[in-house]
Amino acid sequence: MTEFTPLQSLLGGALIGLSAVLLMAVHGRIAGITGILGGLLPPGIVTDWPWRLAFLGGMLLAPFAYAAVSTVPPGFSSPGSWPALAAGGVIVGIGVTYGSGCTSGHGVCGLARFSPRSLAAVLTFMATAALTVFVARHVLGG
Amino acid sequence: MQILLAFIFGLIFGLGILISGMGNPAKVMNFFDLAGHWDPSLAFVMAGAVAVTTAGYQFIFQSGKPLAGEAFLLPTNPRIDAPLLAGSALFGIGWGIAGFCPGGAIPMLGTGRLEPLIFFAGLAAGLIAARNAQAAASATPGGTALAPPRS
Repeated sequence: MTEFTPLQSLLGGALIGLSAVLLMAVHGRIAGITGILGGLLPPGIVTDWPWRLAFLGGMLLAPFAYAAVSTVPPGFSSPGSWPALAAGGVIVGIGVTYGSGCTSGHGVCGLARFSPRSLAAVLTFMATAALTVFVARHVLGG
Repeated sequence: MQILLAFIFGLIFGLGILISGMGNPAKVMNFFDLAGHWDPSLAFVMAGAVAVTTAGYQFIFQSGKPLAGEAFLLPTNPRIDAPLLAGSALFGIGWGIAGFCPGGAIPMLGTGRLEPLIFFAGLAAGLIAARNAQAAASATPGGTALAPPRS
């Protein structure tokens, strides 16, 4: 069980939005993690890798910035087994490549652009995620 | 300067993930567990992010181009097609199994925990495999050419 955190989640979401707005205003880019990360991986590594690497580096170092503003570390509990985490990662990687985006690209930036394509993607991945958790927890047990 | 700014924007993104609780797989999975101990937090994250981004984009797009760059690079493919839906369906399944999405996992990598690292190794393998498969398909005459992911 996790505690419902409406204010922190709204604030954190607003920061994600602020980041997306700034990246578009300065770099003219969609803040989609699939696209930013994918461009750094083979095949066909892009020539504009420096800003991508810098953005991901900033994300990676965020826990240190977090520690500067909060004495309590961010809550963490991972119910998945190691094989489930690895398999989930592979499935996500394949899915977001063919789906052309994930929660940030379609869910945040796409919906903010009123893109019907992104709305279709978001409704689809939200539905299958809910179905997967239902099956894992209430059908197969857990 | 552009590189430094990208780093700062990534830092803000990662802080947003950590503050919102979206780096916590249990919290993400509990959002999808409508039949269990439902935690609506993820909806508030999305609401906050989409509200700020929608308002900000409206303002930004009034000018013709970004501050450092030639043009706004926006996805141009409007089609709701089979790869979009099948890929998104697959992404949701993996998200439900692991509780991590790409944006949620990367800031947690910085905490030094093992779980996000295991997920990320799988993610990178899946991305590379699918990108190779796409490249091979588009290089094959008569194969399905797919637009590269933009978001």
